[in-house]
Amino acid sequence: MVLELTSEEREMLEGKHGKATRKAMEIITALGEIYGAKRLIPVSSVQIAGVSYDNLGEAGLEYLSEMAEDGQTRVLTTLNPAGMDMVEWKKHGISEEFAENQQRVVDAFEKMGVVTTCTCTPYLIGNLPHFGEHIAWAESSAVCFANSVIGAYTNREGGPSALAAALTGVTAEYGLHLNENRFAQVRYEVQTELKETNDFGFLGQVIGNRTGKAIPYIVGVKKATTEQLKSFSASVATYGGVAIFHMEGITPNRTTIPDKTEVVTEEDLKQAQIELDDEEAVIDFISIGCPHASIKEIAEIASMLKGRKVSDGKTVWITTAKPTKDLAIKMGYYDQIEQAGAYLVADACCAVAPLKGRFTGLMTDSAKACFYARGKNKFKTEIRTMKDCIREAVS
Amino acid sequence: MQGRKIFKGKVVGEALVTGEDISFYGGCDPETGEIVEKGHHLEGKSIAGKVLVFPSGKGSTVGSYVLYALKKAEKAPLAIVNRIMDPVVAVGCIISEIPAVDQIEIEKITTGQKIEVDADNGVVTLIE
Repeated sequence: MVLELTSEEREMLEGKHGKATRKAMEIITALGEIYGAKRLIPVSSVQIAGVSYDNLGEAGLEYLSEMAEDGQTRVLTTLNPAGMDMVEWKKHGISEEFAENQQRVVDAFEKMGVVTTCTCTPYLIGNLPHFGEHIAWAESSAVCFANSVIGAYTNREGGPSALAAALTGVTAEYGLHLNENRFAQVRYEVQTELKETNDFGFLGQVIGNRTGKAIPYIVGVKKATTEQLKSFSASVATYGGVAIFHMEGITPNRTTIPDKTEVVTEEDLKQAQIELDDEEAVIDFISIGCPHASIKEIAEIASMLKGRKVSDGKTVWITTAKPTKDLAIKMGYYDQIEQAGAYLVADACCAVAPLKGRFTGLMTDSAKACFYARGKNKFKTEIRTMKDCIREAVS
Repeated sequence: MQGRKIFKGKVVGEALVTGEDISFYGGCDPETGEIVEKGHHLEGKSIAGKVLVFPSGKGSTVGSYVLYALKKAEKAPLAIVNRIMDPVVAVGCIISEIPAVDQIEIEKITTGQKIEVDADNGVVTLIE
């Protein structure tokens, strides 16, 4: 065996730290062997995916319950979105049966010591690694943001392997944990100005589709907000297999600059929008917050909805993390949004909630949300700026 | 044939072989063990109780939980033999305790053949 273990790691594998820890260590060492890791390394933070009961099903829940019998997290661990707002689910039209099962999933995680706020943007609510820190995150958009924008080190984990890292505090050293695998491979020259957040979604879509798994080095983006980088990360990871990117003047990682250059024009971004706009879409569902909306975005939406009314036949979900929702309640944004007839939904999102069959057409500002709305829920989609989405809601 | 152990166990069973990658999430019914991916070489066939031989896994990370569901429903493959094991399938085998071996020349195995999978030693033997 090339993979060398410390005595404590070997003890975990032998079952001396309990059943769940043994299973977790089996997963980590197997992955380490498959990818030729020489050793395991400590991680300081974990983000777990596979939380919505809609995706997990009974079998997934059963696995988690089994792990929860004696498993305990060793590092800060947070959760991906669940299938519903864990408090206000009833008014969002979630069934009692689903709610009960979703609660069982969250309870199993809580028993293991996971911080059970459910969000795809853990970095906005206190699970924020720093540059150079090794972590084990699932959730492709957060993985991409952590590696690229923050400069932390993580592979793209799946649900069980992220949980395994949480229970052992380690991960195998391979892939994006090694500097040599983080260099850019293709240079993308952006020859148009990006204005709105959804423009960054389009750019992610264009680059993701073209680059596949080749790491991009992007030039020509003059400035970007955190919200725009969150949108770009989600999109590039959804449409490509990219778990890290470099953006000149914006992201902190060191890299060589590849010679191979591709050009991204305004026409390419327009084409990306056309691809996400279904001609026959009848919009009855508007959702903002993929990835989860920041407090800044919520403030903007609240000011647009204040004193207005969502028109009949339309449902509006603004999805966010629970701590951000609590802050929005304190600031009065929640009341402005809800009095207009829209919902500020915590913990969940339009991609993982059980929404199939409830709506026919989604309008959103997120290229990633369009992908899942079409594939999983069979909705028609239209993508617009956040402002245009809210205008559509009250039109 | 000497390969590499992914998850332990020793079984003898009938091989079900395909040259196409498998996505367990969306591609395999977790309750019946039937391959449901449209146009897949094994579409309509059940993998339950077979030594499932295929090149590699593909698709969503939720696939690991589908293997676990199959095991709970007693519809899991007896063992898995791959050319290159994908991490989603590897994790699925580990959490479901399905013997698994990779780095095997799967072209040498044909459907219906009786084979032994000695995952502890990473060895696959053709019996008939």
